[in-house]
Amino acid sequence: MKGKVIKYEQDNIDTDVILPGPYLKLHEHSELAEHAMEGMDPDFHSKVKNANIIVTGNNFGCGSSREHAPIALSASGIEAVLALSFARIFYRNSVDGAYLLPIEIDEKTYSSISENDELEIDTSKNEIKNITKNELYSMKPFPDLISKIISAGGIFKYKP
Amino acid sequence: MNITEKILARASGKDKLEPDEVIFANVDKIMLHDVSGPGVIKTFEKLEKDGVIKVDKLFDPSMIWVTEDHFVPSVDKISAENIVKLSNFTNKFGIKKHFKYGMGQYGICHSMSHEEGLVSPGELYVGGDSHTNTTGALGAFACGLGHTDVAYAMLNGKLWFKVPETLYFRINGKLPENVMAKDLILRIIGDITTEGAAGKAMQFGGDGISDMSVESRLTLTNMTTEAGAKNGIIEPDQKVFDYISERGVTKYDAVYDDEDAQYEKTFEYEASELEPVVAKPFSPQNVSVVRETGSIDIDKSYIGSCTGAKYEDLLAAAKILKGRKVKVRTEVLPATISIYKKATENGLTQIFIDAGAVVGPPTCGACCGAQMGVLAKDEVCVSTTNRNFPGRMGHLESKAYLASPLVAAASAVTGKLTDPRDL
Repeated sequence: MKGKVIKYEQDNIDTDVILPGPYLKLHEHSELAEHAMEGMDPDFHSKVKNANIIVTGNNFGCGSSREHAPIALSASGIEAVLALSFARIFYRNSVDGAYLLPIEIDEKTYSSISENDELEIDTSKNEIKNITKNELYSMKPFPDLISKIISAGGIFKYKP
Repeated sequence: MNITEKILARASGKDKLEPDEVIFANVDKIMLHDVSGPGVIKTFEKLEKDGVIKVDKLFDPSMIWVTEDHFVPSVDKISAENIVKLSNFTNKFGIKKHFKYGMGQYGICHSMSHEEGLVSPGELYVGGDSHTNTTGALGAFACGLGHTDVAYAMLNGKLWFKVPETLYFRINGKLPENVMAKDLILRIIGDITTEGAAGKAMQFGGDGISDMSVESRLTLTNMTTEAGAKNGIIEPDQKVFDYISERGVTKYDAVYDDEDAQYEKTFEYEASELEPVVAKPFSPQNVSVVRETGSIDIDKSYIGSCTGAKYEDLLAAAKILKGRKVKVRTEVLPATISIYKKATENGLTQIFIDAGAVVGPPTCGACCGAQMGVLAKDEVCVSTTNRNFPGRMGHLESKAYLASPLVAAASAVTGKLTDPRDL
């Protein structure tokens, strides 16, 4: 996959800001998209028109188990989140629900990537190419089972 | 193996497990509520429409229980429709344990799990809510998930897990008077941070835990979620067996650490040295001793949620509020109807009302910014809940200080953040 970056240079972005609590009663994916990142970035909707990758710090998606968070991001057009680390339920929801790719990156890659950079991600080679800066980074490979679930298109399509 | 590894080993049919192994394990109990339930329904509908699965029947409806807590009593048309959908779903699939508001016992899912004896020691329990960790205080492996994973478990009776490393917290001695389990878990989160236990098990033990009531232990495991833990767990003892037997559970297969159980790291805490603390906005790790926090004027005191509205929590608040008046808006929302009933029978409800507080129905309410007392811009609240991220309890610029019920009640009386010992 290929696309442009929205960068949030902070740790611990929690699911309450990704999709605030009052909208938990909504379940239509398009309705959830309207409220994505409402708790922290009023410009998210204009940014996501030209971007499909979020780059961020540690413990992304911590807090509530709401699957509404990866759904809201995915339905807004986000296809991958590149983070230093993920909270476990957000990571699991992203993979098992096949909403987006949660990709772990190292500190050097994190600091190298800037807002609006164009990236090309090749998960088969565990490579991230920064087209804008003509740089090549490696991503942390997905564990075996995660890789299989992603390839299958979610936990329900995966055959153990 | 330690208790977490042993439960996962039994559930996956293995003799031995090591941390980081990935397994498929059989699930014993599954919980849904009025947010994750409609999510499960939507997931099933979509997968059926796409021809991926056919949902004629569930793996075993008797292992599933459902409660209504986030948006009840229904706050608007959408939440009312979600409740109707949930009822239709449980009817269709023969899920008998559906606790409906306004029909006797119901309440916050995690509080229901222990109040109703829905989960037993040694079981593998998953729920569509992050604070499912709470129930690990009964000696179960209890872990929160999103609704796709819950749906998968409902259909297949099993799910994948990565065996967690375990952090062991040995608690020595007794908590001093006016210091509660909430102060201890906040102190721990302040020390290890909100990612200090990411993906790991947090196990509590030591004579300080043996000394604690089951309800206090539930406060500890409840907030392991805030440290990023996969599960919180405590080896069961006679207090747990008595507690669940009072709730009709007499058959269980308790699991304990082996003598050579391994932990990634062990932490020691002297309970007697602890003081009342708060977590300041905007993170549960911003922990500060109440007496060292300075003068904080508050607009509101909130005594509610799975973390801070168990019977023992209400009893602590009532001890402070008895014969006193509140200076700021104060809400008391018992976590379940059974707790509400006991509080009423024992005069607590009267104490709260006489103090000027409002007593409301069981609901997650303003803890997750849903309803019943959400905060306005710049409002400051002392709350017995579990999270204080920006906007968690209402406006993005509202502020929540997480505290024990004693601190929340003492602050209600003075209108300032207050150590109960200074009242």
